[in-house]
Amino acid sequence: MRFTKDHEWIELNGDIATVGITAYAAEQLGDVVFVETPEVGKVVKAGQSLAVVESVKAASDIYAPIDGEVVETQAALSDHPETVNEDPESAAWFAKLRIADPAQIDSLMDRDAYEAFLDTL
Amino acid sequence: MQPEQALLKTPLHSAHAEAKARFTPFAGYDMPVQYADGVLTEHRWAREHAGLFDVSHMGPAVLHLNSPSGDPERDHAAIAAALEQLVPADLQRLKRGRQRYTFLLNANGGIIDDLMVLRPERDDRQDRLFLVVNAGTKPADFALIGQALAGTATLTPLADHALIALQGPEAAAVFAALVPQALDLSFMQGRWFGWESHFLSVTRSGYTGEDGFEIMIDNEAAPALWTRLLEDGRVRPIGLGARDSLRLEAGLPLYGHDLDESISPVEAGLTFALSKRRLAAADFPGAARILGELADGPERVRVGLKVQGAPAREGADIATPDGAVVGRVTSGGFSPTLSQPIALAFVPPALAAPGTRLNAIVRGKPQPAEVVALPFVPHRYARQP
Repeated sequence: MRFTKDHEWIELNGDIATVGITAYAAEQLGDVVFVETPEVGKVVKAGQSLAVVESVKAASDIYAPIDGEVVETQAALSDHPETVNEDPESAAWFAKLRIADPAQIDSLMDRDAYEAFLDTL
Repeated sequence: MQPEQALLKTPLHSAHAEAKARFTPFAGYDMPVQYADGVLTEHRWAREHAGLFDVSHMGPAVLHLNSPSGDPERDHAAIAAALEQLVPADLQRLKRGRQRYTFLLNANGGIIDDLMVLRPERDDRQDRLFLVVNAGTKPADFALIGQALAGTATLTPLADHALIALQGPEAAAVFAALVPQALDLSFMQGRWFGWESHFLSVTRSGYTGEDGFEIMIDNEAAPALWTRLLEDGRVRPIGLGARDSLRLEAGLPLYGHDLDESISPVEAGLTFALSKRRLAAADFPGAARILGELADGPERVRVGLKVQGAPAREGADIATPDGAVVGRVTSGGFSPTLSQPIALAFVPPALAAPGTRLNAIVRGKPQPAEVVALPFVPHRYARQP
């Protein structure tokens, strides 16, 4: 699992990458009440909005950690947005991307680097 | 980069920090937006039990006559007439121990602020009125009132006082354990009570739609009262996040969002706060516009919307089913009680009837939004029998 400074996580399996947000991000958002996942087939560049999560107070974008095409989304989140708070780094994935360039993943933080980054916040 | 202005702290700031509050800047104050429970749990707690809110950022003040006669009724009439120059309420006929919700109006009938006015009970206090204005508008309101009434009356901010709100169906039972006589108050009544060695100014009012009290106490004594109330297992602290979702469900407008200097009380759906005597006399700022809107209908009105899909936030466009943009959301979010998004918006009166089907535009996409009667969640005030 790799991490971004915007608190997304990404896990690569072959050429398919699963994307979610970290436990830290879920805690900061507070109670999630709505999730908007992307359309299958959407092509995103790293840093572009991939999904939207809404807490009681505000809407927040979830950004694509790397380039790719959306091949699957987590439909269950629309009925159970609270999953984002309950199990952010496993069950509450937002989308699976077919990635164009696996090398992009190497530029992201590993768990140790991400936790060191959290300590600076 | 601008240097950050130091945020003010209420006397309860360290109590919030100990309760693991998450803070946010609000109207110049470092305020708790939520505690460890989180917004949804806090919201539901206030609806089911009793929530405790630090609202010390708001602006309590006392307005008193410069030259009282000593005749209580004459002095009340004089101080009431002075403040009536700025507001559309009938303060002269306000009874002792009663509170009124009213507005400071500009010359065009726009709302400069909404505020509470309390007439004290005691004979020797009839030369004064107690006001509570909004946090963000406090300096401007105080300057306006002070200047407009200069010579007749003097406004003194009660800056050394904290404000605590206790709200919810169990609030009365909780507060009665400290101040039994507080149960004599009905909704929109207020009085002073002793608690231990302190004076509490207590009104039966609030900003959640629930029964409850708003309590003013000296800064030094505030932490003791806060802690004492939290010792009751029915009470939990509630942050500004749930305060906002509670007032939204109750259909109560928030100044700077649902109310501003361009919006009249008629447009805002607050005509209940316009006194018949004052309307007949047309002797308040902006009376011409307000009477015109009452006769002919305003151009826009505030409505409640139940929204399907993502929450429609402040600034979201409201459109008709054929795509014409006809209004805008001024407050919107998720209703924990109804488990769905709700919003307040301004739309033309022809589209304001409950049942009207509109769309809220969220991230470019139209989502169904149906006009519903306000409040979204029924009020449960302790009204006078």
